Formats: sequence, structure tokens, C-alpha cells
Amino acid sequence: MLWRTGSTLTRMKGAEALMRSLEKEGVDFVFGLPGGANLPIYDALVDAKIRHILVRHEQSAAHMADGYARIKRKAGVCFATSGPGATNLITGIATAYADSSPMVAVTGQVPLEMIGKDAFQETDIIGVANPCTKYTFQPRKATEIPETVKKGFYIAESGRPGPVLIDIPKDVQQDSQDIEFPDLIKVRGYNPTIDCDLSTIGKAAELLMAAERPIIMSGGGVILSGAFSELEVLAELLLTPVVTTFKGKGSFPENHSLAMGPIGMHGHAEANKIILEADCILAIGARFSDRSVGRFDEFGKGMSIIHMDIDPAEIGKNKSVDVAIVGDVKSSMKTMIKLLSKKMVKRSAENPWLRRRKELVDYYAESIKDYPRDLTARKVLKKLRQALPSEAIVTTEVGQCQMWTSLHFDVISPGTFFSSTGLGTMGFGFPAAIGAKAAKQDVPVVDIAGDGSFNMSENSLAVSVLENLPVIVILLNNYMLGMVAQWQRTFYNRRYEGVHLHNCPDYTKIADAYGAQGIKVQSLAELDTAIRSALKSNVATVIDIPIDPEEDVYPFVAPGTGLKDMIVGS
Amino acid sequence: MSQIDSNPERESSDNIYILSALVEDKPGVLFRVTNLFRARNFNIESITVGYSEAADLSRMTITTRSDDRTLDQLVKQLGKLIDVVEVRVLDRANTVYRELALIKMNAQDPTSRAEITNLASVFRGKILDIDKFTLTVEITGTPSKIDAFRNLVSDFGIVRLARTGVSALPRGAV
Repeated sequence: MLWRTGSTLTRMKGAEALMRSLEKEGVDFVFGLPGGANLPIYDALVDAKIRHILVRHEQSAAHMADGYARIKRKAGVCFATSGPGATNLITGIATAYADSSPMVAVTGQVPLEMIGKDAFQETDIIGVANPCTKYTFQPRKATEIPETVKKGFYIAESGRPGPVLIDIPKDVQQDSQDIEFPDLIKVRGYNPTIDCDLSTIGKAAELLMAAERPIIMSGGGVILSGAFSELEVLAELLLTPVVTTFKGKGSFPENHSLAMGPIGMHGHAEANKIILEADCILAIGARFSDRSVGRFDEFGKGMSIIHMDIDPAEIGKNKSVDVAIVGDVKSSMKTMIKLLSKKMVKRSAENPWLRRRKELVDYYAESIKDYPRDLTARKVLKKLRQALPSEAIVTTEVGQCQMWTSLHFDVISPGTFFSSTGLGTMGFGFPAAIGAKAAKQDVPVVDIAGDGSFNMSENSLAVSVLENLPVIVILLNNYMLGMVAQWQRTFYNRRYEGVHLHNCPDYTKIADAYGAQGIKVQSLAELDTAIRSALKSNVATVIDIPIDPEEDVYPFVAPGTGLKDMIVGS
Repeated sequence: MSQIDSNPERESSDNIYILSALVEDKPGVLFRVTNLFRARNFNIESITVGYSEAADLSRMTITTRSDDRTLDQLVKQLGKLIDVVEVRVLDRANTVYRELALIKMNAQDPTSRAEITNLASVFRGKILDIDKFTLTVEITGTPSKIDAFRNLVSDFGIVRLARTGVSALPRGAV
């Protein structure tokens, strides 16, 4: 159903209609790479009030759009041509889908009459993208483009966000038509629940008030909903310890007196421990992923579980729950806060449960030892935290570097951290950091990287330098696909295969070759100087930090086991 | 395909459910639905799709073998598809459901021919086609009725068989 109000007809090409539609959505950046089938789009881009960031590989365009979206909290936009251009976007689209990140990907397609003829650079991208998008469109007339774009943004950004793909055949881009821009659209089969059912809040409040050992498990939904202050108020009202999922890292200030850090495979030991001792879990915008909770059948035994989420399909998907609160978590939390402020008898901060929290934090702070070297991931990340302002945006690559960040880098200012947590895409962090910098140019943006991942998208250095979007790469360089090596060390009797990257390439020279700044450091003092230099630099800086290839990530909950089976150290 | 009616001999604890969905009548919708079933490891016993009472909506009837928890997920995941406007699980006791089967059998000798014709009439089937070698029968009914007919005629030699899958509507006012 579509209502049009006050729109007028204007003669223009489909590609121009696309630009006007994107401008109407407030798009200021697009990340992309042109080719044969999207040339009319690039022609229209010349006159558009949109800044185009030319990438060197389409996968990075999707990651940049994703990084942009995670900081702006509105859809990031990427462009690619048909065939290989479009398929190169797919890893980035799947990454956004796994992490519920809003994105609108616009691909060129061969002309309508060529579709299905196995034309040059033809791919059925609608078929390819279907399982990793919220929706796909293929407008078949120029007149359909404005409505399609409006629906695309609406679907991508509302409810549980996610990527949308719009595939536009070249002749549709070129065709001149009388175009109408709708102001209002409605998608009949799509009605996300925003306001929760009040009775579920009442039931949940009763469980929480009756609980002796309540805990909040905060997930990515809190970040997507921007419900940071609500979470703090709720936690302080209930006086509950707060653990997060890895995706939820940074939804709650990690220096808060109730914070316990992330749970999961490489969660904080005290977080993994305390959640098993709770008698009531309030899971907010979390999906009980295997990496967070270990075995579904073991997790949550003997506890009551309250699940707040905007996506009804997440309720009971991995874990049966006692109370489900379906709706936007920000609005649900607000309602719950109102109810609890009226009904709840204030708890004492001197209760046994909070004493237990303190005991666990102190115990693991004391008992978990750093790897015995002068330069370790932990020392590097603690130093980085000291050197960075709290509002700096931090992202990561994937693997050991990512899990060390989970463990050793505290996010102070909510919403300043993100990572490829669901799909675990190597090569994500660096282009995503560039996208984040485009979204918020007045704060430092840092990618905590490993050499394996950074190598996958290092060509984005060209983008960072040429587009004046400087980011800092903290390269924890162990010359290894470190996480795979750790698993081979742990589960395959040190039979290493396919993990040695040797010292190739030399990343300071790589940085230099792109016109960026490359600094190799050998000590914490040098690291401190390098970070300060990077913060002042107006080009990207790669800080190459050699660490020992045998440094493992601990604690570790082995795959297929439960949180109770956590291995604290080697 | 045969267990839509209760069958005590079934080994699995799963049940067969009938789902009725109203979906947008446009290209790619069937693909999205079947791809969802494949991607999430849901089972499809049969799926039918055709015009519905509304001009721009199709009705899909899906029968699936599933446990209760998977069914709950399946309905929610289907509901999430943007082209799916409505989805409901039909309560079999209050549902009319039918399947159509075309069965071509060997019927060279006159006795077989007579016997098949007899059986077909008991099942209220129709003879649709007949030649020197074969006889094609149309049977409409519940899947178990079709199974029963198929079992009865299997000795004649079934040459070809085509079943439509189940179409269903709730009984009474909706």
C-alpha cells in the first residue's frame, strides 16, 4: 500500500531518480567501485550532493558502509557493478546481516532483456544475496526506483536492522521517465513490533524483584537501539551485575562498578563465572549465540530467563525463556524502569550478591597472569586504553586480536566499539574503521588488528590516505593466523598447517608505499610514542607491534562445551 | 508424504502440520519461502501455491514434519519474510484439506482394467485417460486416502504418479 502526498512528476533518468532518492534519505557518503553495468549511476553521481569514496575492492565498500552505519546508526550505502562487483559485496553484506547492521547495497545489473542469457558479468545477485539480506529488490522500471529506495531504507533501518540489496538493470538506470517521489510508504507484510506488551513487563518485573541473584546480559540490540542510559538506570535500580555479549561490548561502561565485561568463549572469567551463579537473567537485545553461552542445553539451568528483543523469532530460537518481551529494547527498558521505580523496594548495595561480584573480579584480577614477555597483547591494549580518549572509536579485525580486545580493552564510552562478531569476517576491521571515520570525523578511530586479517584489506590504505579519512591500525603482529594456530596447538597436538605468514609483507613498508605512516615498535615506551604520533597524524598510521606467536588467548571455553568448562589459563 | 493423517506406526516424535500463508503475488516469493526452509533446516512435505481470494496475494499451503519448538520457529521465521503477509498453523480437526493425485497404471489385460475401474469408483476417482496399455485415474482426498488407493493398485504396476500436495482451509467462518 502506498500513499502519496504532495509529490510531483519530474522527467529524469532512473539513475538520477536513484540519486535524488538517496539524497532524500540524507545519504552523505557512498562507498563503491564502478563498472560496466552501473556506469549510468556513476554518471548521475557526478551531479549528486553525495560524497563517493572509491574503494579498491568491493568487499571493503560493504565493510565501510557497515562501519559507517554502526556509528551513525543509519543505513550505510555501497555501490558495485554487476557480476563480480556484486558478488564481491556479498561477504560484507553477510557480515552486516549477521550483526544486524543497516545497509543499502546498490548493484548494477545487465539490461533487462539480457537477464537470464548468461550475459557478460551477469550474476543472479538477487538469488545469491537472498539468504544474507533482509530483503532484495530489482526495480524493472525507472518509475519504481524512488519507492524502492524508500522501502529499502525503511526495511534496512527499522525493526531489527539489516542489509537490503537493490539490483538495478542498466537500461532501467538509463531510461528517462516521469518520476514521482513518494513521501510515505507502507510495506504490507512488514510490521516490526516497537511497543511491548505491558503484561510481559509486569511478569518480568516480578521475577526480577523476587530474584536474589539477578543479572543483566546486554547484547548488541542495546547498541542498535541506543539504549545506553536506560541500561545504566535499570542496572543501578536493580543493582545487578551487568555482563555483555561480545556484540554488546560497550553497551555498558566497562569501568562501571556493576560491569563484568563480556561473557563467552573468550569472555572475562568473572563474567562467565557469575552468570552461572545467577538465579534470574535479564537478556536484553541478545540472541544466546553459541559463542556467548556455550552449550544451549546447559546454559541457564535452574535460572529464570527474561528475554527482551525486537525480533520475535529470536524468542525461543536457541533458548526457551520464562518471559519474552518483544519490542524495541529502549522502549521496553523505559517501561520497565517506570514500573520498577514505583514498585521496587530499594536493595542495599551491601548485599551478598554484589559482594560475590567483587570477590570474583578481585580473584581473577589476581590469579590470571599475563603471558611472560615484555610486549604482550594485554600490555599493548592496556597502554592503548590509557593513550586514547574515551570517545575514540575502536573496532577490530577477527581472531586473537579481536578476543584480546574483548578481554583487555575496556570500552568506557557506550557505543564506541564494534566488531564483526557474528560472521567473524577477517579483513572487516580496517575498512569498517574508515567507514566509522567518515561517520564521525572528529574523533580518533582505531582498528585493533592481527597481521592475517589486516593483510586481507590493507589496500584500503589507499582509500584512507586519498580520501583523508585517517585511522590508526594497532597491528598485533605474530606472523601467524594466530587463532587457528592456537586451536592447532590446543586441539591438534601442535600439528601446524597453513598458519605461518612469516614476516611477509613488511607492514611499515606497506604503509609507506601507500603514503601512510608506518611505525615499528619494540617496547611499551615506543608504543606510547607511536600512539601519540598517530593521534596527531593526518594520515593513517600502522603501528606494527611484534608479539610472541605462542601467546594464546585465555580464558577459553572450548567449542561444544559449556561456560562451566572454562579453561582459565594454559 | 503419507502421514498427514495420524499414523500410530510412525517412528519419529515429529508431527505433520499444515500451514497456510498469504504471500505477495510477485516473482521470487516461492524462492524466498523454500530457501528459508532449506537454510534453517526445516522440512517441507508438500507445498502448493496459487491464487487466493485477494487479487494481489497468493495462498501457500505448506505441510511440514516438525516438533513443536521447530514449528514455533518456522512460523516466526516465515512471518519475518517481508513478502509473507500472514501465516497460520491450521488445526487439523477444524480444517478441510485435500490433495489430488494422477496415477497411470498398467492395464493391458481386461481383468486389470475392470478391477482398476472398480477400485477407482470405490474411491470416487475418475478415469481420465485410457489406451491399449495404460489407464490414468484421478483421485482426490486426504493424503491417506491417496496412499490407500496407491497401495491397492500397486500390484498392477504404477507407470507414473503425480501428486499436488495438500491445499487446505479452516472450517466455518474465518
